[in-house]
Amino acid sequence: MSNEAVLHANVGVSGHDAHHDEHHGHHHETFISKYVFSMDHKMIAKQFLITGMVWAVLGGLMSVLFRLQLGYPDSTFPWLEDILGKWAKGGRISAEAYYALVTTHGTVLVFFVLTAGLSGTFSNFLIPLQIGARDMASPLMNMLSYWFFFIASIVMLSSVFIETGPFSGGWTAYPPLSALGDASPGSKTGMDLWLTAMALFVVSQLLAGLNYIATILNMRTKGMSMTRLPLTIWALFFTAVLGVLSFPVLFSGFILLIFDRNFGTSFYLSDIFLSTTNTALPNEGGSAILYQHLFWFLGHPEVYIILLPAMGMASEVLSTNARKPIFGYMAMVGSMFAIAVLAFLVWAHHMFVTGLNPFLGSIFVLLTLLIAVPSAIKVFNWLTTLWRGNIRFTPAMMFAIGFVSLFISGGLTGIWLGNSALDIHLHDTYFVIAHFHIVMGVASMFGMFAGVYHWYPKMYGTYMNNTLAYIHFWITLIGAYLIFWPMHYEGLAGMPRRYYDYGVWESFKQFVELNRFISTVVIIVFAAQFFFLFNFFYSIFKGRKVTTTNPWGSNTLEWTTPIKPGHGNWTGEIPEVHRWAYDYGKDGQDFIPQTVPVGDNETQH
Amino acid sequence: MYMNAVSPERNRIHPHKFTMWVAMGSIIMMFAGLTSAYVVKRAQSNWLEFDLPPVFWISTVVILASSLTIHLSLKAFKAREMPRYRMLITLTAVLGVAFALLQFAGFSALHKDGIQFFGAGSNPSASFLGIITGLHIAHVLGGVIALLVVFLRAFSIKNKVYTSVPLEIVATYWHFVDLLWIYLFVFFNSIG
Ligand code: HEM
Ligand SMILES: [Cu+2]
Repeated sequence: MSNEAVLHANVGVSGHDAHHDEHHGHHHETFISKYVFSMDHKMIAKQFLITGMVWAVLGGLMSVLFRLQLGYPDSTFPWLEDILGKWAKGGRISAEAYYALVTTHGTVLVFFVLTAGLSGTFSNFLIPLQIGARDMASPLMNMLSYWFFFIASIVMLSSVFIETGPFSGGWTAYPPLSALGDASPGSKTGMDLWLTAMALFVVSQLLAGLNYIATILNMRTKGMSMTRLPLTIWALFFTAVLGVLSFPVLFSGFILLIFDRNFGTSFYLSDIFLSTTNTALPNEGGSAILYQHLFWFLGHPEVYIILLPAMGMASEVLSTNARKPIFGYMAMVGSMFAIAVLAFLVWAHHMFVTGLNPFLGSIFVLLTLLIAVPSAIKVFNWLTTLWRGNIRFTPAMMFAIGFVSLFISGGLTGIWLGNSALDIHLHDTYFVIAHFHIVMGVASMFGMFAGVYHWYPKMYGTYMNNTLAYIHFWITLIGAYLIFWPMHYEGLAGMPRRYYDYGVWESFKQFVELNRFISTVVIIVFAAQFFFLFNFFYSIFKGRKVTTTNPWGSNTLEWTTPIKPGHGNWTGEIPEVHRWAYDYGKDGQDFIPQTVPVGDNETQH
Repeated sequence: MYMNAVSPERNRIHPHKFTMWVAMGSIIMMFAGLTSAYVVKRAQSNWLEFDLPPVFWISTVVILASSLTIHLSLKAFKAREMPRYRMLITLTAVLGVAFALLQFAGFSALHKDGIQFFGAGSNPSASFLGIITGLHIAHVLGGVIALLVVFLRAFSIKNKVYTSVPLEIVATYWHFVDLLWIYLFVFFNSIG
């Protein structure tokens, strides 16, 4: 089916020949069909982005609250009781609330912000625009994917407000805490809502991923061969493939969990005595480790689902603003492919200390350390792209460079953790927290910021304010390092993660000051995000207007659309592509867009 | 107007058909996850072994037959033999429902033998069988619904131009769930 046919397929007639007209972009649109149940990929992208931003604020606020407990364990904050009620009696967060906050923070940031908010936004926005398509292969499925995400969000949010509180057993939801309602207050209705929300979320991701893959492979404009695709598209493609292949496995893990919770099966449960109810449970023969296998078979690909879009956008932004071709295009694609394949073969590195057979463990060590190779190739290529470039330090560029810095810092600690012997000491300590927050959490956030600052003019037809953006950048970068760098030392000293109060340990008394420092920086960095939020919303209405279609002097197709593209993206025909996306500084020309035919004495790509 | 935007060689496969193929990959992963979990769990302690009752053979024949009927109905559709198409598609849907009922008959036969799937006293080996085949039944019934939608759409007044694409997609899916059952059946009989 052609691009136009897809666009019109939702008008009611499914016959191919029924539509010879040329009125794309001029459907009769109501407020509802334009802003709410929109099938325009650009609007859906904005819906994902804004929902993701709401979640980022909520999830970030949760971390501020639990950092208050960690940084000031002996202080009381009466205003906490005002907002949290019984969860913070006397102005101190209760242990139960603390665990609930940590769990919800993790779930929300990993899935709702950095998966849906990041790849949902940019896959939707960039795939059709950069490959030259009028919309997704199935705009309807695309819309559904957002609404499933939205309902998942509502369900997850509602779990915060119920009597027994949200789930509190960690974002990985290991049984038995997740399987036994009597295990803790959060394991009751909170866990039911958590599971429901996550199941809906998986559906949303599958609908989205299927669509992204079909669109990239089938709807590229004339001349847009796979090897001419911008790296953003390659990254989003691998992201979608990972999601489509790993989320179903998580889903099967959840199904077994649901049966253990509600229908008395024993997949994950065996020989349990519950002290809360003083009963011995009848379940026999289950294995909690089985859940971990199923969870991490998704869980590890998931971290790359989060990271790959950031990698792709950083590549694009770096090349554009260094005014140089990306270094090693095919090596970039190849290493993303390698990462995508290896992502499925390393899950057990999260389980080195579960009693895993040490021989099997050593195989997983090898495979895990192999990931360092494609990762290093990518870092090398980013640095060589920057090398001797005519760098324009736009806010997007700053965040892209920050992304590279963070990826290096966090990737190096991954190599420590990948050694099963070292991991015996480091597992479940603050070292792991530091590792994954730097390499995944903050790095992907930076990729997302780079993307927003870079494509904002295309999204809203205005610019964001640069001064605010620079303030936002520096506070966030310095703050992120100040927060997470010291955690490596705490972890090396053996300080375990997921504890409410470290005051009882003599050995961690030395970190009281440090923890207070970290918590203080957390508050500052959280506050600094309002520079971004204000900038974002203010600029939609009051930002400087974009007056040229291609403000960054960029080669990719989205900058050949009108300043505010309608549904259908291009008013006339979709442009044809004649070259790759990275002809910057070629033959003395600043940039040559993909739509420019190759000259006679030019080398072709 | 709409053909010139995309070069013909890119149109070899309809995007919706392609999406179906990727979705099948996704479904395969789900069942692969479950059957791997089965293998892992089986290697551990406390595993109840039992044979599948003969009803499952009948249901296997039924689902194989339904693949044949949907294949023929697609052919009839393409040849514009509408009465034959309607008859065959109805037959396919009926066979799909019959398959589901036969699977349940299999479960109750096991239950009569004292095999408990869920609840206290259930063994993971039976629970796995119940969940995996149950999910498969859900996929078959999903196919029945899709079949009905396609079938009814062929009657709708709005739809003057017949395209076989939706039917082809459903047929592909139908063969897929058929194969999936064959895989599961062999799996349970050889590994179980
Ligand atoms: C050189 C590459 C990397 C290696 C060798 C590596 C290795 C590891 C290992 C062995 C662990 C388990 C530590 C433990 O629990 O004891 C771990 C945890 C983690 N890694 Fe990495 N990693 C690498 C890169 C990344 C990247 C790029 C991301 C994300 C984009 C990431 C995200 C995570 C997360 C989220 C966890 C912890 C999850 C949890 O326990 O809650 N890692 N890493
Ligand atoms: Cu991992």
